[in-house]
Amino acid sequence: MGKRVAITGNEAVAQAMRIANPDVCGAYPITPATDIMQRFTSFVSNCEVKTEMVLTESEHSAMSACIGAAAAGGRVATASAAQGIALMWEMLFVASGLRLPIIMGVANRALAAPLNIHGDHSDGMGMRDCGWIHFYSENAQEAYDNMLMAFRIAEHLDIRLPVMVGLDGFITSHSIETMSMIDDEAARAFIGEYKAVNPLLDIKNPKSIGPLILTDMYMEFRKAHDAVMARVPGVVLEVAAEFEKISGRKYGLFESYRLEDAEIAIAVMSSAAGTTKDVVDSYREKGIKVGILKPRMYRPFPYEQMGEALKHVKALAVLDRADCFGGSYGPLFADISNALYPNQQKPVMINKIYGLGGRDYMPDQAEYTIDELIRIAKDGKVKSIKEYIGVRG
Amino acid sequence: MKTWKEITPGAVILEPGSARKFKTGSWRAMKPKWIEENCIHCLLCWVYCPDMSVKVRDGKREQFDFDFCKGCGICALECPGKKGQKAIVMEQEGK
Repeated sequence: MGKRVAITGNEAVAQAMRIANPDVCGAYPITPATDIMQRFTSFVSNCEVKTEMVLTESEHSAMSACIGAAAAGGRVATASAAQGIALMWEMLFVASGLRLPIIMGVANRALAAPLNIHGDHSDGMGMRDCGWIHFYSENAQEAYDNMLMAFRIAEHLDIRLPVMVGLDGFITSHSIETMSMIDDEAARAFIGEYKAVNPLLDIKNPKSIGPLILTDMYMEFRKAHDAVMARVPGVVLEVAAEFEKISGRKYGLFESYRLEDAEIAIAVMSSAAGTTKDVVDSYREKGIKVGILKPRMYRPFPYEQMGEALKHVKALAVLDRADCFGGSYGPLFADISNALYPNQQKPVMINKIYGLGGRDYMPDQAEYTIDELIRIAKDGKVKSIKEYIGVRG
Repeated sequence: MKTWKEITPGAVILEPGSARKFKTGSWRAMKPKWIEENCIHCLLCWVYCPDMSVKVRDGKREQFDFDFCKGCGICALECPGKKGQKAIVMEQEGK
């Protein structure tokens, strides 16, 4: 069953793309995702894949090339980050609205201004409502696994939606970690052959793509999109169960870490979850019942399942690596609040904004948060619902 | 009208030529008028029409297809006419 390797998160994503052997990749470089397509182009040059690389003049064009190729009937993948995602934003809606199963690795990075190239979830949150399926990965292993599963989920005949797989810029994208690669043959068999649906290149059956849909039909297409999104969790779990058979690794819609008997909990995504797990372990040794919920599938957001998993805790801190400006809370906090709202029983919640622009998330920040949760669980008193942590002044 | 359960995924139109059913002539504010005696049948109007609103039979042009003509006026602009007399002129719609 495969081999242990020491590679960066970006290489892990590129390796998953190599296995999928896309027909076309439209791409434009942007830090910290450049490295994904750079490594992938070496697979193209070395004839390890049969992909047509389309090097465009912008990310808007890169996503447009992906859309054209996917509409033509090809398996398509790309990678981007930050300003690149922001520039392709218009086309992200087109990709999902046309129901094209495009796969995009995203090395999550902060948005300018001020200009910053480091790890942050602002780019992923900016494309949150674009109708794509979103996954966030804690480390290189998860980025690789999520990418492999992304092809299966996106291309599933009941779904046919684009999928983005996030990994933290630099923290995961450029750090070398050991991880298990699946044997190529087994991984290829898992992903399977691409089945084109209504391809434009089927010239014997002419068709039009991207028509004007006005007041009489637009709402029906949006309702259909919503209905497809509702089918996604079932397919994600089905694909995860099959993936476990070839990898031995188990995935859900989110990860519960020491959460079942927890009295207090932290919800945190991506690489910061790893740091938080270490701190939680040390608190558990002291007899403090603390657990973690780590979102994996961010869109569609598993509201009901997450509400069930968190309703029993007394106090919950949600950590956001992005802020929603306008005096409100972070995006993950808002989503988890929504998840808990229908429950009679629910925790007191606080929101910490951390790690923006790649600011280090250190164990002492997790300790600070857990100590506050312990106090809230005792007396129920919240000083401030939202707080920036790891910030000066 | 179709319900959301009956529509094709991604709004793909599987029926070729179905745009014929969507008549767009009502968008017109200006209307081209064909003056047959000034027409040399050069068919530049047919070449330039952004839709397919200039009907041609046996190499000769016929009346406009007003179901689809949006009155853009390109045909009138391009028309060389005969002896300085245009074979296509634009008029106010409904005149």
